[in-house]
Amino acid sequence: MKSLILPVFLLLVSSIHLYAQDDLLGLLGEEETTDYTTASFKTNRVINLHSLENTAGGVLDFKISHRFGTLNGGFYELFGLDNASIRLGLDYGVTDRLTVGVGRSSFQKAYDGFVKYKFLRQSTGKRNMPITAALLLTSAIQTLKWENPDRDNHFSSRLYYTTQLIIGRKFSESFTLQLSPTMVHRNLVKTNAEKNDVYALGAAGRIKLSKRIALNAEYIYLLPNQVADGINNSLSAGFDIETGGHVFQLHFTNSTSMIEKGFITETTNSWSNGGIHFGFNVSRVFTVKRRGDN
Amino acid sequence: MKQSILSIVMMTFVLTAVSGQKYFTKTGHISFYSETKLEKFDAHNKSASIVYDSETGKLEAAALVKGFQFEKALMQEHFNENYMESNKYPKATFKGAIENFETIDLTKNGKYAVKVSGDLTMHGVTKKVMTDGQIVVNNGKVEATAEFNVVLADYKINIPSLVKDQIAKTVKIKITSALEMLKQ
Repeated sequence: MKSLILPVFLLLVSSIHLYAQDDLLGLLGEEETTDYTTASFKTNRVINLHSLENTAGGVLDFKISHRFGTLNGGFYELFGLDNASIRLGLDYGVTDRLTVGVGRSSFQKAYDGFVKYKFLRQSTGKRNMPITAALLLTSAIQTLKWENPDRDNHFSSRLYYTTQLIIGRKFSESFTLQLSPTMVHRNLVKTNAEKNDVYALGAAGRIKLSKRIALNAEYIYLLPNQVADGINNSLSAGFDIETGGHVFQLHFTNSTSMIEKGFITETTNSWSNGGIHFGFNVSRVFTVKRRGDN
Repeated sequence: MKQSILSIVMMTFVLTAVSGQKYFTKTGHISFYSETKLEKFDAHNKSASIVYDSETGKLEAAALVKGFQFEKALMQEHFNENYMESNKYPKATFKGAIENFETIDLTKNGKYAVKVSGDLTMHGVTKKVMTDGQIVVNNGKVEATAEFNVVLADYKINIPSLVKDQIAKTVKIKITSALEMLKQ
């Protein structure tokens, strides 16, 4: 009996060995890598809100955005197409995690700038992180002529600041959801009842319909008793269509402005009475700095 | 008596299996290249795994699709998102053999022309590929290179008509790698 043990043992050993030989790569062992989630949104904006994506490092993103007049203007205004509010913007990815941008809107003749830093990146594998999180700081200057030129006007009255946290997750290839708690600071407001600091919570999502088309929606809830009567929450929905170097975003929104202080705290139109703007953002990226093959 | 014969047979079996020397790398360089009038693609992956068994001629390789680095970030995103679908098919693998392995002695200096054939799997599709390559042995250093073309349509990688002028239908795949002896 004892003499049987050795051959059986050897048989086992050799069969293990033969099995291992069948899978040569298995000999190296699986090295765990970190797999960062990409393309949660097609571009760094959902519609008006910043998405949890950044402009890639070394890439310049030229944005041309239009919001036409409201649909309830009827045929006389060709359902809003007679009027357009425009924002031209340039976003630049300093690194994959840090984006800076500037823009100029025809609405209120506003100039804006922002800095966005992604401090958590959703990933699986060696480093597991369920969410992506970014901090967005923006400022805006409206440069309309003073309403009351005779009054003592201060430059600082033209300034607005926004602080926004963007927390989101790409749940699957086709579904992404993000929350954007926001504080907009307005240096000057019209009445005592209006708050200088306005708190809001934005929510945005996308459903990818095909490889190149996605459905986006966003809603921004203003906490009560902060803004003047007649200001509505911003609601937008639209499609992202991607064609090589361009992303076309076509949407409907009740906000006229395309910058945070505007669409969050100054949306006067409402979906219920047809105060809806058709609009688009066109994003064209240019690779300014080529990536070295690292 | 019978048992001891059996154990000797087994022993020899095991010993032969061990004597087959294996070579490997975890930093194999795979590049792919294609060019049209409008756009040039040149992507590199420098973390491919390759294992070669000099005893049997068997050769296996694997690379993470996400590990390919492009000059343009957007190209890289589209490569992963729209063409290779790297979340669904994270790896490209090759399982095959060097057909003329008996003529190669990796312990001796020299240039060896090799014929490689096997199954290439990517984007969830497996196809037979065949190519000529070269192995250069120089004082114990083993350097392997191979180059072949892949027709994208064979791997169900569709190019939409909108960008058909930008993307070539065939890409050139080039592998260059130093192989080390695998200590077992």
